[in-house]
Amino acid sequence: MTVKTPIYLDYSATTPVDPRVAEKMIPYITEFFGNPASRSHSFGWTAEKAVENAREEVAKLVNADPREIVWTSGATESNNLAIKGAAHFYSGKGKHIITVMTEHKAVIDPVRELEREGFEATFLQPEPNGLVDIEKFKAAIRPDTVLASVMFVNNEIGVIQDIEAIGNICREHGIIFHVDAAQATGKVAIDLEKLPVDLMSFSAHKTYGPKGIGALYVRRKPRVRLEAQMHGGGHERGLRSGTLATHQIVGMGEAFRIAREEMELENARIRRLRDRLLAGLQEIDEVYVNGDLKQRVPHNLNISFNFVEGESLIMAVKDIAVSSGSACTSASLEPSYVLRALGRSDELAHSSIRFSIGRFTTEEDVDYTVALMKSKIGKLRELSPLWEMHQEGIDLSKVEWAAH
Amino acid sequence: MAYSDKVLDHYENPRNVGSLDKNDPHVGTGMVGAPACGDVMKLQIKVNDSGIIEDAKFKTYGCGSAIASSSLVTEWLKGKSLDEAAQIKNSAIAEELALPPVKIHCSVLAEDAIKAAVADLKSKQSDKEVA
Repeated sequence: MTVKTPIYLDYSATTPVDPRVAEKMIPYITEFFGNPASRSHSFGWTAEKAVENAREEVAKLVNADPREIVWTSGATESNNLAIKGAAHFYSGKGKHIITVMTEHKAVIDPVRELEREGFEATFLQPEPNGLVDIEKFKAAIRPDTVLASVMFVNNEIGVIQDIEAIGNICREHGIIFHVDAAQATGKVAIDLEKLPVDLMSFSAHKTYGPKGIGALYVRRKPRVRLEAQMHGGGHERGLRSGTLATHQIVGMGEAFRIAREEMELENARIRRLRDRLLAGLQEIDEVYVNGDLKQRVPHNLNISFNFVEGESLIMAVKDIAVSSGSACTSASLEPSYVLRALGRSDELAHSSIRFSIGRFTTEEDVDYTVALMKSKIGKLRELSPLWEMHQEGIDLSKVEWAAH
Repeated sequence: MAYSDKVLDHYENPRNVGSLDKNDPHVGTGMVGAPACGDVMKLQIKVNDSGIIEDAKFKTYGCGSAIASSSLVTEWLKGKSLDEAAQIKNSAIAEELALPPVKIHCSVLAEDAIKAAVADLKSKQSDKEVA
């Protein structure tokens, strides 16, 4: 079997819409186009029923009550609503927030915005394996801490934080606990009846649903309150105004239903592919896995290839669609802030690649990728004076470079 | 980032990759750049008894433009005298490869590598004259 290039290995960036999801969405664009807020005719009732069915599916995946699910445009909006909404509502109790340096920008930037408004924030540094040290989290708590935000699964390195342990500490201290679960749905089992979490953000397009739709879980018992960020017609019990995008919502519901039913089998298959990819890549010298390998979703493999420069690496692997640890901006290479927070050197952060595997990845895709990486890394190292020095036994950290 | 065809050609088929014996009195070695900055170039030239460069080799850790700049200068260096080699300007490299402004530093680094290799060779030869 031949593979079609470029091979998509960037499922953590986004996933294709599952054909079953797309099929379910289409009638809600053309045929059942009613506004779910229209109460006076069957067009509206049909749309409302579809929206409520989908709400139930989203709630079921995470074992929540459908009344705890608020539709948003995606995880970025959910994070903004949760963080700013809770911080504003509870600001009378205190103005300190705890989060982590490796959070997604959609958490970091709302927290930064709150800092500009007069809140104070602690950005915890994770351990070198990417996980938050529970004792360090405890130590960061102050009497005026009102909110903590810790992601479930990291988007760059795939590590799974101990949400239950962190949540329990938050409960003890009366701190509202928000979790960004955009990368977790369909990958780890989530049971919100048991997990001590107050707010949780979801996205459809990371779980084979459409882009432009997400949800925020808002706990009812004990009740968590938020200040709305979007004002208007009072949709979603006033928490998020704006006409509901019925077809998007239907898509998210179907995507989450499929995730609930197929997660177990799918994850076992993806784990086999990940193990095969890892074994193949580890045959290359001087490769480093970024992030804990055990407490991690099998979908993600983030690896640094030493002595190879990041931009030339990206040029070399154009047959595979992957993400790089160096965000190539117009003027300069910025190493990933996530890898830097783990204490990785600039060089290793630059030469990292995130492979993310998903529903439509095949064994052939993995084998092709391993062969490609072996040949390209070999070629670039043949070109690399650093590799030559390493082979000669020179310690590169002791070399005095002519900086420029 | 869009690369010119010439950069892509040098990146895909780099010319004169390799190393010469750095202890050979006819070989000059220039190593410039730093890993933390994202580029390190090693350029080596070998002269014959009439002082003409008869071979040039490079190894580069860096982006496609850095690889292309060093590959290109190894082609240009062959057949030149040391004084002619030292005349090669970064602007000529940048022009030949159609480097965008953010990649001009790659051509500057290649010029620096030539100068360093020539200086290394000259210092070796003057040592020999003294001895």
